[in-house]
Amino acid sequence: MSEAPTALQPLIACQECDLLQRIPPLPVGGRARCARCGFALAARPTDPLELPLVLTLTALIVFVVANVMPLMDLSAVGRYASTTILGGARQMWLDDERITAMIVTFCAVIAPALYLLLMLTVLLAARRPPLPHWGGELLRWSLHMQPWAMYDVMLLGILVALIKIAELATVDPGVGMYAMGLLAVLLPAISVSFDAREVWKLVEWKHGDDCAAAAFGEENYAERGQ
Amino acid sequence: MSRTALTGAQAGLVSCETCKLLTRPLHAEHVGHCPRCGATLEVRRVQSLQRTWALIIAAAICYIPANLLPVMVSNTFATSDAETIMGGVVFLYSSGSWPLALIVLVASVMVPLGKLLALAYLLVSVQRGMAVRHRERARLFRIVVFIGRWSMLDVFVATFTVALVQLQPLMSVLPGAGVLFFAAVVVLTMLAAESFDPRLIWDVANTANNMEKHDG
Ligand SMILES: [Zn+2]
Ligand SMILES: [Zn+2]
Repeated sequence: MSEAPTALQPLIACQECDLLQRIPPLPVGGRARCARCGFALAARPTDPLELPLVLTLTALIVFVVANVMPLMDLSAVGRYASTTILGGARQMWLDDERITAMIVTFCAVIAPALYLLLMLTVLLAARRPPLPHWGGELLRWSLHMQPWAMYDVMLLGILVALIKIAELATVDPGVGMYAMGLLAVLLPAISVSFDAREVWKLVEWKHGDDCAAAAFGEENYAERGQ
Repeated sequence: MSRTALTGAQAGLVSCETCKLLTRPLHAEHVGHCPRCGATLEVRRVQSLQRTWALIIAAAICYIPANLLPVMVSNTFATSDAETIMGGVVFLYSSGSWPLALIVLVASVMVPLGKLLALAYLLVSVQRGMAVRHRERARLFRIVVFIGRWSMLDVFVATFTVALVQLQPLMSVLPGAGVLFFAAVVVLTMLAAESFDPRLIWDVANTANNMEKHDG
């Protein structure tokens, strides 16, 4: 807090304890924690828009591979079987566990697909600021999807399944499983390298009449760019 | 920062939960929408305590059949074996992979139960206006949010075992009724953690006016 006057630093309220505080300019790679509860208030990744874009594109390609290629092959007494991610959910559905099948499909396919596609759209649109208002809407949805994309958990689940089945038959991990392992790394990498605040700064403000927008006057403490 | 520390609510400011923009609404009781992203603004998450209670009670009810009913039924031409979650842990342990047995035990049995107890404790502590151990409780909440998804483990184990072992009539595995309840526990506790507002933990600290000062 040396060169910039305190009043110019954005005032924010901690998300977890609501304490008001100003965020000093952060060095690249630095992060600010709440003085009271220790919540990570802000971080400044090296390249908050380009790197996540590259990672998202990579992850989308790997996502297709993970969904198309078999996860594992099984052989026992001259018979073979293999399964894909959706094959797992399909078998659950056929065995009348429909709700479980839907939950698995959501966590394994829908949530990650939405997360990646929305993220890609937002990051591409952010290359030409100002980002239209729908960009913010998409970002909000993609952040909601994030915790439900569970490749890390799924990978461990498949590992456990493999070891259980290995008692009964020979199982070999397939290409799909390696792709899933890659996704389990790529998805967290996207969220670490990405800085939502950078995108929000570029979003066009919504000034609709439907907002109680009149409520916001001179004394609002917005962070308006620099 | 030499001024006394204030919270947004005390200063009459509302922080947007979506884009983190801090704004000053004209009417304290009708805060409206965020001028930047359009999300509905809330000083605190609406009915956070009631919603979280409802979700964890529902989850606690599902937790019982989730552990008692079988998650998988394996059929060979001669036998039929129903396996509960604990049965799966015992199986992994007896087949020599105790690290995996431990992981499944933690993820499937202890984490869901721990989450239910932790959330109930946080709710009770907020309702009773507990004015100590804020930092510990805030940390507890973060742990609950972080580990929540890992209890989905057994649902995936069941799904992929069932999908792969389909060599009728030689052997096949069918999902058991427990799997649905188990998935329900995970989803309900994740939603419960999302509806709990951690700022409530600290609100007592503000009203009691006994806030210690921390140097950043
Ligand atoms: Zn805080
Ligand atoms: Zn907003």
